[in-house]
Amino acid sequence: MTLPRILEVRTRILKANDELARALRRRFEAAGLLVVHVVSSPGSGKTALLRETLARLAARGLGVAAVVGDLETDNDARRLAGAGVPVRQITTHGLCHLEAAMVEERLAGWDLAALDVLFIENVGNLVCPTSWDLGEGVRVALLSVTEGEDKPLKYPGLFNTADMTVITKIDLAAAAEFDREGALANLATVRPGMRVLEVSAKTGAGVEPWIDELLARRPAGPAAG
Amino acid sequence: MHELSIAARVVEEAGRIAAAAGGRPTRVTLRIGALAGVHEPSLRAAYGMLREGTPLADAELAVEAVPLRVWCGACRTEHDVAGPVRLACPACGRPTGEIRAGRELDIESITLEDAPAAPPLPPHATRSPP
Repeated sequence: MTLPRILEVRTRILKANDELARALRRRFEAAGLLVVHVVSSPGSGKTALLRETLARLAARGLGVAAVVGDLETDNDARRLAGAGVPVRQITTHGLCHLEAAMVEERLAGWDLAALDVLFIENVGNLVCPTSWDLGEGVRVALLSVTEGEDKPLKYPGLFNTADMTVITKIDLAAAAEFDREGALANLATVRPGMRVLEVSAKTGAGVEPWIDELLARRPAGPAAG
Repeated sequence: MHELSIAARVVEEAGRIAAAAGGRPTRVTLRIGALAGVHEPSLRAAYGMLREGTPLADAELAVEAVPLRVWCGACRTEHDVAGPVRLACPACGRPTGEIRAGRELDIESITLEDAPAAPPLPPHATRSPP
């Protein structure tokens, strides 16, 4: 009988995902492609905002595409296809988040160098996607005015990993009695200094500034080294 | 239930490491930060299912919870933040985005008991290749 020995491992549980995400990020940057990873709860207006955003980016002559995650249906992909840009679906069959390997697999055959902006719409969920890096350049959390201003406090892990929060459905703010100051304070509590934008996909309010903000974050690509 | 995915990676990665090290794993110790968004009972339930039939079948799961720890530039001090996640200095109240701990999602260690290795070679045998 020998004594047990303790093997110090100190490794990330999601190491394989992290490594793949880093490789994807290098590919995206080399192609000069901005990848925007959108996370939110179900019903926060992700698909409506993306549809409007994709259509406007395409109208500006930019190459745009989207990969959308959904638990079971292809409804979101069909809604987005109305914007007239390439859209691919990842059906997770109940899995509550996307992983880097799913994104990599779904990108096969796309000429990334011909694209300027790629959106990855995660499954509607504010917990599970938190720790999975997808190789994105920008992680955007959505918060709709109908959800209540305390969402960031309830899901601090996710809002803390976001580079930007977009408050959606601001056309409904008055009807929903949205506490805007409270929401901004709560976002600052979980992520001091985070950029916050306010939009309505329905009226178009705030959509152009949101697009400008995204485009300002495009990687330089190979030409600029 | 992303805990199922996390447990699957634990079983895979810890199983691989234990097999490479040799010996029988009796415990896997994880470090999970307060910001990692992991529900420990779900993780334990998932691990309990997934370890069956793997090298970790007899390895219990130990979880060290890592509290959120922030750096306050004004106080020039690190503080643990107890209770709800609030990225502000608990001493002076100033907001801070400098997280020093709390995002961990790590396999910290694996406890191994030395299983009987390959039977010893008889005295007259040699290890040189034929």
